[in-house]
Amino acid sequence: MKIAVCIKRVADSETRVKTAGDGKSLDDAGVKFILNPYDEFAVEEALQRKEKAGAGEVVVLALGGAAAQETIRTALAMGADRGILLQTDTVPADGFVTAQAIAAELKGGGWDLVLFGKMAIDDYNSQVGPMVAELLDLPCVTAVAHLTIEGGTVTAEREIEGAVEVVQCSLPAVITADKGINEPRYPALKGIMAAKKKPLEVKPVSLSGGAIEVLAMLPPPARKEGKIVGEGAAAIPALVKLLREEAKVL
Amino acid sequence: MTTVLAVCEQRDGALRKVSSEVVTGARRIADALGGGAEVEALVLGSGPASGADQLGTFGADRVVTLTAAGFGTYAPEGYARAVVDRAKAGAVVVVCAASAQGKDLAPRIAAKLATGLAADVTDVVVEGGALMAIRPVYAGKALLKVKLTGKPAVLSLRPNVFTPVPRPKAGAAQTVAVTIPAGRVTVKGIKAAEAGALDVAEAPIVISGGRGLKEPANFKILEDLAHAFGGRAAVGASRAVVDAGWRPHADQVGQTGKTVSPTLYIAIGISGAIQHLAGMRTSKVIVAINKDKDAPIFKVADYGVVGDLFEIVPALISEIGKLRG
Repeated sequence: MKIAVCIKRVADSETRVKTAGDGKSLDDAGVKFILNPYDEFAVEEALQRKEKAGAGEVVVLALGGAAAQETIRTALAMGADRGILLQTDTVPADGFVTAQAIAAELKGGGWDLVLFGKMAIDDYNSQVGPMVAELLDLPCVTAVAHLTIEGGTVTAEREIEGAVEVVQCSLPAVITADKGINEPRYPALKGIMAAKKKPLEVKPVSLSGGAIEVLAMLPPPARKEGKIVGEGAAAIPALVKLLREEAKVL
Repeated sequence: MTTVLAVCEQRDGALRKVSSEVVTGARRIADALGGGAEVEALVLGSGPASGADQLGTFGADRVVTLTAAGFGTYAPEGYARAVVDRAKAGAVVVVCAASAQGKDLAPRIAAKLATGLAADVTDVVVEGGALMAIRPVYAGKALLKVKLTGKPAVLSLRPNVFTPVPRPKAGAAQTVAVTIPAGRVTVKGIKAAEAGALDVAEAPIVISGGRGLKEPANFKILEDLAHAFGGRAAVGASRAVVDAGWRPHADQVGQTGKTVSPTLYIAIGISGAIQHLAGMRTSKVIVAINKDKDAPIFKVADYGVVGDLFEIVPALISEIGKLRG
């Protein structure tokens, strides 16, 4: 099985977000960057599929600055075979621009499966995977929490509001991974050492302008100072009264 | 005629609530663009959907139902093709919901139109004729203000944010049969969760539990509380308890789970890790119940009760029960 996994370097979920001097991006001073958690599921899924098939190749692809090489090494340490960095100055706000660059790289690659995380925990775009599928004219299932592949047929379960949708398509396909699809492995020391020697190709790419222009990154509106209504069960009548009469939500 | 397309959603032949939100958002955009821009509500299905005739109430100038044999359940490729064909007939903006279906559909539409997608938008404005959107990033720890320059512009609206506003328009309905195949990706079935279960992302009331519940079985009291609200509440969970396997991932609220904006969010036994706060801070009213008066959750809560949740929650259930008679 020849599998591509598209990954992203993102700020850790515990990051306290501050706006940089340009007024429209993250101030990355002191920020810890990680492999996007949903992409970890995608990498793990690729590794398990290759192991099950008994043969194949897992290629990880990232788009971003030079520092994303470190993120690719994390995936290589988990067990991927080689990496490609589409090196850019910035990651575009317009997911379609990213999708075009990734699709151009993947085109004609003979992939059986192209995996993504269902979204990145920084920009919340949830779009590059299905856009790449459109550009490559491949079937695509997004936000997959359970995946089986048998005889070239993909059966995937995805959560919808209050239910689970069971979806089928055939390979080759693009799948975006949700939490629940697997339990990602931790890179072992042996894997970390091996990753240093695995091939990582850096390809500078120039990107088109796109249709989404960031004007500003703003702090969320501050919440009005709250109050402690009281202690213990005795505070409940007062709480319910406030919810009814002041907040008017009951 | 300038048209704003509102892509609606149906399940089992009934329009979903988020559709009226999408029409409301589309109406707001059309009015802000001016020039008599019209809202066309687009419903896809194998036949007419119940509730579609109500969309005029929320500002749809017309309601167009596109029917095809394979459109009864969500057909990702067929739906995208049908919306794009319609958009190419002169839409300047295409509005979808950032629901489970919309998150899958909107990127396909944008890619077919070779344009960008502003996803999970919580507000829209028009300044100097240009369409701008506000969208939370980093799970709501920051907001991006973006300008949409695509022709057409494509955006998806976060559920529960665009409160449906009655703006009566003609809402003339028409049904157009299209000959578009469902596509290569087919929905084989829908496994319903427990009857009537509400999704945390859409419920008007969310009651979330964390490690303070001590063990999985104790979530029963949160379910009882949800029940006391008469089917309007969903039970959510913190990452800690989802990672521990106490609750399904679908219920997780936070940066690696769902971002929710209910009318009322009740955090019970949740200390309030930054990634959890990020997922619920846009709730209209937040109540926190926690034994630690210094827990970070109290910093975002409108109303806090300090103490033993196993004593407080039953009291709350009984008080809510009294209200409902």
